[in-house]
Amino acid sequence: MEHEISVSIPNPSIMHKLMMARFIPVLLYLFITSTVTAEVYHNPVDQLTKSTADHTKFPQLKRNFKSGPEVTRACLECHTEASRQIHRTKHWTWEVPMKDGKMLGKQHVVNNFCISVEGNEPRCTSCHIGYGWKDKKFDFASQLNVDCLICHDGTGTYQKLPAGAGHPAYQTTVQEKKTYKKVNLSNIARHVQNPDRHNCGTCHFEGGGADAVKHGDLDNSLLKPDRSLDIHMASGKGELNMTCTDCHKTEGHQVPGSRYEPTAADKHGFDYPLPDDFPTTCSSCHGNTPHTTNKKLNDHIDKVACQTCHIPQIAKERATKMWWDWSKAGKFDEKGKMIVKKDSTGLPTYITKKGEFRWEKNMEPEYRWFNGQMNYTTFLTTFDDRGIVQINHPDGKAGDTLSRIWPFKVHRGKQPYDTQLKRFVKPKLYGPKGSGAYWSDFSWDKSISAGMTNAGLKYSGKYDFIETEMYWPISHMVSPKEDAMGCVECHAHGGRLESLGGFYLPGRDMNPLVEIIGFLVTIGSLIGIIVHSIMRYTTQKKMKREDAA
Amino acid sequence: MRKVYLYARFQRFWHWMQALIIFALLFSGMEIHGLFKLMGYEAAFHMHNYFAMGLLAFILLAFFWYITTGDFRQYLTEGNLLDKILLQARYYMNGIFRNEPHPFKKNEISRLNPLQRITYLMLTLVGLPAQIIVGFIYFYFNELVALGMDPALLAPIAYFHTLLAYLLVGFVIMHVYMTTTGHTLTSNIKAMVTGWEEVEDD
Repeated sequence: MEHEISVSIPNPSIMHKLMMARFIPVLLYLFITSTVTAEVYHNPVDQLTKSTADHTKFPQLKRNFKSGPEVTRACLECHTEASRQIHRTKHWTWEVPMKDGKMLGKQHVVNNFCISVEGNEPRCTSCHIGYGWKDKKFDFASQLNVDCLICHDGTGTYQKLPAGAGHPAYQTTVQEKKTYKKVNLSNIARHVQNPDRHNCGTCHFEGGGADAVKHGDLDNSLLKPDRSLDIHMASGKGELNMTCTDCHKTEGHQVPGSRYEPTAADKHGFDYPLPDDFPTTCSSCHGNTPHTTNKKLNDHIDKVACQTCHIPQIAKERATKMWWDWSKAGKFDEKGKMIVKKDSTGLPTYITKKGEFRWEKNMEPEYRWFNGQMNYTTFLTTFDDRGIVQINHPDGKAGDTLSRIWPFKVHRGKQPYDTQLKRFVKPKLYGPKGSGAYWSDFSWDKSISAGMTNAGLKYSGKYDFIETEMYWPISHMVSPKEDAMGCVECHAHGGRLESLGGFYLPGRDMNPLVEIIGFLVTIGSLIGIIVHSIMRYTTQKKMKREDAA
Repeated sequence: MRKVYLYARFQRFWHWMQALIIFALLFSGMEIHGLFKLMGYEAAFHMHNYFAMGLLAFILLAFFWYITTGDFRQYLTEGNLLDKILLQARYYMNGIFRNEPHPFKKNEISRLNPLQRITYLMLTLVGLPAQIIVGFIYFYFNELVALGMDPALLAPIAYFHTLLAYLLVGFVIMHVYMTTTGHTLTSNIKAMVTGWEEVEDD
């Protein structure tokens, strides 16, 4: 709406008058008065204040549903454009075309967890907001394949099967040694809601296949966090109790806040009354001069992301995966059985199917200059295999005006690659015995062949494992201000920014010449006065003796 | 032996306040520079900034006092200044060991020897103002960059500020030692406390 207003006023002088008369006074007013205070963010609400429609009263929903697409058909009777909106989102396409021609998105990127979606669809697509993406033939144009309930379930009972290509259990089903009870589609359809943290968390808290594995700053501890875990989402009495969509303000099902095209520095600041295209940044609500007691902190904002100081630790309560070594996979015990080793906290450290894992909890993130541009190594990129390959790495440097210091979880590991073509490969992991799937046949060569053939990519037949790094920018689990990082965490020798070069950091950096001069001046004058006073003492003594004589 | 009143009340007050401020600035500055950890970086940072304001205030006050009272004349010399400085320097390098008398007598009209004159004048007119100006550029760096200053100047500014601070450390060491070269070991310090100093008879 706001954009349309500005477009419909072609005369710049009218625009100018409007700016002077309306927006600038409002901006000034906001500038003077707006500070984000810790008042209850959500007013108490009952069902009537929430919505003009009570879905339990819709005749379309007073029936039995046998499948997800049937529910979607009913939704579309009123929400006629919903699926078409969904079709435009990367939640649906898992595809993000970049300006440089690279095709990213979950469907296309390499990662160093389960490596590739393609070839493993029925398993990976248990987190797709659709029904039936089990192979390449999935119909992305189908309106009925859109899964409304995964985001709008208000009962907390809707659950997709782990390997059901996005379908829930229509009958009670046993998968991966767990029983999934039949979901009550009719009841869920009558109790829909705007997405809350449970809905988003279903996939985003369990990225990488289980709680806390992938992001480091998103896990199920955010369902009911205390204020020290996340000041915004803290759900206790008198806390802000904000949900995902309070920041990821969604319009027409387009959820802002992209991992592929992040906003590293929001120069616009406050989003009201004039919003920008990035409503999810800290400064959208806090502005660009949020520190009032120690104003020097505001001088950091052009070079240091808010997250850097205000998220001093990640994976605060639940350990996140830091290392995944696929090269160790495929070992069996003496009886020929698969091995599962766990650490003292119950987290797996070795699984025959997957290899070796390392986990960390409540740890410091790593820091890099970041200008919002992520450089990706895709399955089509040829790389130098003499060192560690960065699957993605933040672009940016100290001197440029767009870059700020950002915190990252860096997930490291070893994964297969083609030693001749020097590219990553897509192993087929999930599938029945004989399909080449590694988790059934345990042959990397067969698994890579099957995966690459399915993807239509070349494979030389020679593979090995290579160490990789993957960067996950950190934005969640913001600590309360009293827990924010102190100056000395960075302004010190051996501090958190010790290895980040290219700029002068007080408390860390010294000029060797200045230090040598300083040392010589100090030591020189001390030695000088010592020598001088000894000479004074001895000559005085001598003269006294001569006087006496 | 006779007693002369050398330092007016304001001068003594200014001297000791300035000494306190400079010690505080050097101390907090060293912590900010990472030479030791004592009160914490943030506390040191605030302390440094407050005392910097204090130093600026006191130096302006001193300028005002010296100009209005005419006492700045203490820093003026007649004749060949270089010769006189060399004469004083020769005393510290040589004469002091032979119990020679000070080459320049102190009295109410002239309390500073030529070496002191030039040193204090350079400190007050060049060294400290330069350090204060560089320090303020450092403090208001973001604002100055917004006005068009080259952001790459941060490191040179910081290095220059550090260099001047080290030179000031050298001055403080020498200055404290020099107080022992009066008529007796403590007569100079006593004078800066009471205003009265015992000096050699003419």
